[in-house]
Amino acid sequence: MRMLINVAETVVADALRGMAAAHPELTVDVENRVITRADAPVAGKVALVSGGGSGHEPLHGGFVGPGMLSAACPGEVFTSPVPDQMVRAAAAVDSGAGVLFVVKNYTGDVLNFDMAAELAEDEGIQVAKVLVNDDVAVTDSLYTAGRRGTGATLFVEKLAGAAAEEGMPLERVEAVARRVNENSRSFGVALSACSTPAKGSPTFDLPPGELELGVGIHGEPGRERRAMMTSREIADFAVDAVLDDLTPTDPVLVLVNGMGATPLLELYGFNAEVQRVLRERGVPVVRTLVGNYVTSLDMAGASVTLCQADEELLRLWDAPVCTAGLRWGM
Amino acid sequence: MLDADFLRRWLTNAATAVDREAERLTELDSPIGDADHGSNLQRGFTAVAAALEKDAPDTPGAVLILAGRQLISTVGGASGPLYGTLLRRTGKALGDAAEVGEAEFADALRVGVDAVAALGGAAPGDKTMLDALVPAVDALPTSFAAARAAAHEGALATTPLQARKGRASYLGERSIGHQDPGATSSALLFEALAETAEGAGHA
Repeated sequence: MRMLINVAETVVADALRGMAAAHPELTVDVENRVITRADAPVAGKVALVSGGGSGHEPLHGGFVGPGMLSAACPGEVFTSPVPDQMVRAAAAVDSGAGVLFVVKNYTGDVLNFDMAAELAEDEGIQVAKVLVNDDVAVTDSLYTAGRRGTGATLFVEKLAGAAAEEGMPLERVEAVARRVNENSRSFGVALSACSTPAKGSPTFDLPPGELELGVGIHGEPGRERRAMMTSREIADFAVDAVLDDLTPTDPVLVLVNGMGATPLLELYGFNAEVQRVLRERGVPVVRTLVGNYVTSLDMAGASVTLCQADEELLRLWDAPVCTAGLRWGM
Repeated sequence: MLDADFLRRWLTNAATAVDREAERLTELDSPIGDADHGSNLQRGFTAVAAALEKDAPDTPGAVLILAGRQLISTVGGASGPLYGTLLRRTGKALGDAAEVGEAEFADALRVGVDAVAALGGAAPGDKTMLDALVPAVDALPTSFAAARAAAHEGALATTPLQARKGRASYLGERSIGHQDPGATSSALLFEALAETAEGAGHA
């Protein structure tokens, strides 16, 4: 397996050093693994802190900046960060208006953020948490750890980030974040497994000519394997899986997200099919984002996330954002 | 009686065992998880061994609390809080006695295992570390060797189970047929415990 790395042990630190060099508008604490916007804490503004395993770039560090996250805590590859990082991040960005933790629904992220919330509150920081669980590929959620948090994390971070930037108090920012999560659903497809630096080879075996339906973002296999399908067939399958669970009464924001190794040529082609299915199903689309935003190292494939957006959410979506991974309006 | 030195040697032996088996744990984690269980625990237990060498607390409880905090601060993922809680809560249950009896130790370890179950919301049969930990603490009052055997059997018995907690649960029926990496690493802890006891003349 060829990877552009030195050794697996320093992958995260090396990436953070490179990120710091590329983005002077961020404060990157390589040793403690905390990325903050350089002007934090912003007086009177609710701070948003998120984090999770590395390997999903630009999530979350690439979404730190005005209009989105105040800080991000990158863990080891596909491994939740530790509470120390989260508490340090919260303390660095809290202006006194409180901190919202945006947590993807994975056991490790949930446990570590829970511990961090307790410790931060001990330090006098007001903390609220929102759990992102948008992945409709996970069924039987009564008997599992529940639905995974995937593409909708971008919507939650962008929309709640804009709400905080507008000066909304913590409980309103938290309410926006919850509403975005409740209004969002995702479904992912893998055309190849990814390779983690620690293992150095694909995490599961996917023969050519086959694909995995219902994958998450950690190189874990999906729930079903089939013979390779066309972009058109995949779009039908993925969008229908989402719409089986979400009946939008408002127009939707669409995220067609690449898993890391699928070129934009293919993603745009896939988006054309996604838009076609939505048209056929009578679902109006107000905004669309296509690109690699919530990735899974070098996995090939894509996910579709829909977020039904009322007027307020659409306004928050259009609000200016200035981060390494998402930037418009400023 | 078990003293702080015994507990320190247990955790040092555990660190050695995790180091030795890291690749196998990661291999087990590959088909049903995300291929990092071995490297994550290795990082944590290396930190535990280093912390205990630098700062040797003088009661069994304090050794376990220090080790648990190290795991929470260095491992991440689900294993960090779960293993950290196991050691921390066991340590807190031991209090500040300079020496503890074997029965008292077994009771404290049960408190730690119960805390893991509560934190993870899991029960035996869910294909998690509890499938090794619960039978091991059940057997511990008999002997350290019995606990080791029970943990080992419990880990092997996870293979036909369908995962209901953690990342493997997302695979549904496809998690069947793979031994659980968490139960396997838990069995290593009891293997290290039995080794330490044999070395100290406890059976």
